[in-house]
Parts: sequence; C-alpha cells; structure tokens
Amino acid sequence: MADPRQEIEPLVEVRDLKVYFPIQAGVLRRKVGEVKAVDKVSLDIMKGETLGLVGESGCGKTTAGRAILRLNDITDGTVRIKGKYIHESSHKELRKIRPTMQMIFQDPQESLNPRMTVSAIISEPLTEHQSMSKKEREERVFDLMDSVGLNRDFASRYPHEFSGGQRQRIGIARALALNPELIVCDEPIAALDVSIQAQVVNLLEDLQEERNLTYLFISHDLGMVRHIATRVAVMYLGQIVEIGKSDSLYSSPLHPYTEALLSAVPEANPEIERTRKAIVLSGDVPSPANPPEGCNFCNRCPKAFAICLEVEPTLTEIEPGRFVSCHLYNG
Amino acid sequence: MSEDISPVLSVKDLKVVFSTRKGEVHAVNTINFDLNSGELLGVVGESGSGKSVTMMSLLSLLPSPPAKINGGTVSFEGKDLLKMNQKEIRKIRGGKIGFIFQDPMTSLNPVFSVGFQIMEPLKKHMGLTGRKAQDRALELLELVGIPDPKKRFKDYPHQFSGGMRQRVMIAIALTCNPKLLIADEPTTALDVTIQAQILELVRDLRKKLGMAIIWITHDLGVIAGIATRVIVMYAGQIVEQANVDELFANPQHPYTQALIETIPAVRGERTKRLNSIRGQAPTTLIEPHFCSFHPRCDFAFNKCTSINPQLIEQRKNHLVACHLFEDKEVAVG
Repeated sequence: MADPRQEIEPLVEVRDLKVYFPIQAGVLRRKVGEVKAVDKVSLDIMKGETLGLVGESGCGKTTAGRAILRLNDITDGTVRIKGKYIHESSHKELRKIRPTMQMIFQDPQESLNPRMTVSAIISEPLTEHQSMSKKEREERVFDLMDSVGLNRDFASRYPHEFSGGQRQRIGIARALALNPELIVCDEPIAALDVSIQAQVVNLLEDLQEERNLTYLFISHDLGMVRHIATRVAVMYLGQIVEIGKSDSLYSSPLHPYTEALLSAVPEANPEIERTRKAIVLSGDVPSPANPPEGCNFCNRCPKAFAICLEVEPTLTEIEPGRFVSCHLYNG
Repeated sequence: MSEDISPVLSVKDLKVVFSTRKGEVHAVNTINFDLNSGELLGVVGESGSGKSVTMMSLLSLLPSPPAKINGGTVSFEGKDLLKMNQKEIRKIRGGKIGFIFQDPMTSLNPVFSVGFQIMEPLKKHMGLTGRKAQDRALELLELVGIPDPKKRFKDYPHQFSGGMRQRVMIAIALTCNPKLLIADEPTTALDVTIQAQILELVRDLRKKLGMAIIWITHDLGVIAGIATRVIVMYAGQIVEQANVDELFANPQHPYTQALIETIPAVRGERTKRLNSIRGQAPTTLIEPHFCSFHPRCDFAFNKCTSINPQLIEQRKNHLVACHLFEDKEVAVG
C-alpha cells in the first residue's frame, strides 16, 4: 500500500468521539463529576489495513475500541462504518450491522461460556443472525475450525479443555463466523505466552490476507503492534497524541510521549540494552477524572513550555498521513 | 566472578512435585544452580515452566500439601534451607532473603498503613522499636524514591499507584539488608514507562547495596537489560544457562533460540513474518525420560524421545541440556 488515504476509502470514520463515565456520590447517587475515558478521538480505519492502537493501562484504548462497535454508550461524536452512521442507531438497527463488525477479547477464559461446547460457541452467531439448516451450520463450524487451526474432533469439547492459545483460536473462529469486515482485537495476545503469541499473530495475519479483513489492534505490546500494524495511533489519557504509518512512527516518533514510550521498551539484546537511554518519565498518569489544564501530558512532559500549561493542543496533520497533537509542532 | 568465592546460594538436585487428582505433577525436576554474590541471575520461562515454584520452594512458601519437596539441598550461608523448621526459616524470610512479588496490590495488606508494613520486619528481625524503626522506614522510603516519605508514611496501599506500590514492596524487601533478593515478575503488572522507572531503581540499588538478586520474568527484554547471568527454564527443568551476553549472542538450545526469535523488535529491522514455536508447552504429569521440548523441536531425533538430556557445559560457563551437543562435548573432553 503506497498511501492508503488516496487509494482506499476508510471503512471506519470516527470523529470527536467522547465516552464519559459519570462519577456518582452520596446517598442519592448524584453525579459529581465524570471520567473522561475517551475524549475527542478522531481516526479513520482504512479498508484492509491494521490500525494499531497503543497506550498504557487506563488510557482509554479499550473503551475507544468498544465504543466504535457501540458496545459502550457514546457520550458525543460520530462513528461511521461503511458509510453508515451508527452512533445514534437503535439496538434494532445495530443488530443488522453487527455481522460486519466483530470483536476478539483479551482473556479467552472469560469471553467463552464454560457451559457451551466449542461448536455451540462458534455457531451461536450463525443461529442468531442467519437461517441455516443444522447440516449447513455444522459444515460452517468445521470450516471455521479448520481455518483457525483447531482439530475438528474437538468440536464437542468445552473451553476448559483447551490451552490459552487454543481458546483464543476459538474466540477468533467465533468472530469470523459471520464473515465480518472489521474485527476489533482487544489485547488478543496479552494473556498468552511468548511462544503462543507468535502463533496467534501469524494466524491473524493469514486470515487478514485470505479474507481481506480490517483490524483495529488494541495492545500495549509495542513490538507486536509494530509488527502487525499498517498505521499506529498512540493514546494518552483518553486522547490520541499521534497517528502515523507504523514505520515512520517507530523510527522517528514526534510526540514527546510517543518518544518516551518507545524508549522505555526493553529490547531482547544486551548490547542495545547497555546503550539504550530510556526517557524516564517522572510521576504517574493523572486521573482521567481530573486531567491537567492545557495539554494532558504537560505535567510529565520533558519538553513542556509555557503554552502547554494553558492551551490544549489539537491533532494536526504535519506530514501527509502523520498527525500529532503537540504545541512543539503547531507553530 | 572469581571461582574460589563460595556462592551465596547453591541449589542442588531440587525436585518439587504437586499431588493432583490426575497424579503427581513434576513442577520442578532436578534443578541445579549457584548464585554468586553481587550477581543478578535472571530466570526466564513461560507460564508453568516452574520458575516461581523453584524460588518459592527455597523459602518453604509453597503450601504443603499439595506441594512436596522431593529431594535436593539448598545451601545458604552454609545451612540447608530445606532442613530448617518453620521458626528458623521465618528468621531468614524477610531477613537475610527478601522477596518481591508480581502484584503489589495483593501482596501488601490493605488494612495497614504502608509505614506500619515497613516497620514490621524492622521490629521482628532487627529488634528496632518506636522512633528508630520509624526513622529507618522513612530512610527506606526515600531510598526507593517515594516522594515526600513523611507525608506518605501513614497512607494505605490503595492510595498509591501501581509503580509506587512496587517501590514500597522493594522497600519492605530491603528492610533488613538482605544478602539475597528474590523478585518474582516484579514489573509484569506495570506499564512500560513505570517498568523503566523500577528497572532504573533496581540497577541503582544494586550498585549501592550490592546484594545478589534472582529476577524471575518471562520478558527477555527485561532480562537482557538487567541480568548478569540467565537461566532458561522449560517444563520444570533448566535447559540453558549462560552469561547474559553469551546467551543472547550464542543461544544454543533450540528452545532458547526460538524464544529469542519470536519476539518482534521495536528498533531496527521490522520482521516480515514471526517465527513461532509450534504446539504448546507440555504438562509435567510424567517424570520425563525424554527431552520435554522434543514435540516442538525442529531438530529432534530418536534419542530425544527416549533419554532426558543432562545439563552440561558446552562452552565456557555455558550450560545446555540438549542431545544435539552431547557428542560435541565428548569430542572436546
């Protein structure tokens, strides 16, 4: 893909997405404030690409992913999938669109019903959304199991009989059942061992190629995101601070947070490790209920100057396809 | 490391089994290693490889039953830790050997203030009281980089962030100037930027205090940056052991090689296709009379299915348990 923006239309367009959770207190559960889990997030996901969404815990990446699929209520903003606005759709309308957008969850242990067999789990979306004969459905389940590398003989087993990696394959087969176009992968490998992670990521890549899938790949594993993603968005405290092509973002991070984040990742190479200078950020991430004035990152930013404490920066395109939200680049 | 200095800790033929309904699980199967003073020994392995069980069994921290230590010796300062009774081992735990656990939220007591929890070992092990204990506790909080320790002294664990809690855990582990610190996945629950802070702190403390450290993790990146020597574990056994530079430059065991190759780098060339290890880690329900890695190994041959390879020195200070190298060793020796 030379420049996806010119050749391919976006499958998902998100504009000024906000997801606020109310903070309630007192006997009357009055609203006393709000947690700005996702605050004015705008992004496009192109057809056939993998958009990596990275950030530390609590930055709102999972909430953003869920909100795009309308699994969370949206406070404000618009979400358009395949040209259709879905941010205000009723549940009935959403149901019709659901087959095109699916999700793979982090913990395959918790996202699979322990009382259902593998074949019941994989065929559930089929019974819900499609009218198929029992025979057809069975065939389809076997096909799906083949494509994710599960042995057909295991169709009548229960999730607890499988290892973590195999369970994640069941979750992937379920997500594929309705031939979706968009799959939101929420930390799909975080619960897996290193040797199994590579298997699952390779599988996701193969499936993408075969079925022309579009992924939103949410993860805190920066190495894996670099490997799988076409473009990467970096989130901090509910906002996107930088979006760019994977290669350029990793080789020359522009936002001070992206720079610090990437510098902090240890490399499995003692020679690099000896000379690596991590930019150690002072302090912790502030609470999203009470973000700092001005730029969200200003109290930890090694490059902050006067204006950062007062004015909130906006996400601006500074090179084709490269967006940064930082006063250093707004001049 | 000069060789005439006796090691701080010496583990010989340690075996730990768990009795389960399906039979005995050989969680740790004949483990041997030494730890020299001032060393940071990294222990890597995937979940279930026995790395935590090994370290917990050293200090009798495993509930028994189901766990049972099935032989072996652990000498620390000339005494066998495994032969000690509860009273004796309690003096060592938190005294000469400090322990840091993975999740700082569940390993701190939520109903006591942080200050109280740091003073507890000071009172129990060092016999400090009142003012003296408090002063030392404040000193420790300062040492681990908690800002404004006087103000935070009376705070409770939930008032601290994850990174700060882990700093408190480290302070508690350091209270009695331990000779050995065992850290079990201490940064796994933390974000990368916070992990960087903790790694920085540990490097710093090691320079200042000079204790030996055992660092258990599944993250090869962390190990590459912090360890001096590395043990790689698989299915309850040590498969490779070498100095950190040697291990990453010349990994010998097929498992170690594959493990290093599966990790996508953040810097340098971008990997086109990840190398994965096929299959999954085995259960250890039978005491292996074969190489546990052979079903997943690309180089396995018939000997691998019938004989469990021994850990032998293949290059200088570089031990490998793999049949591929046994003939070489014979040829050299």
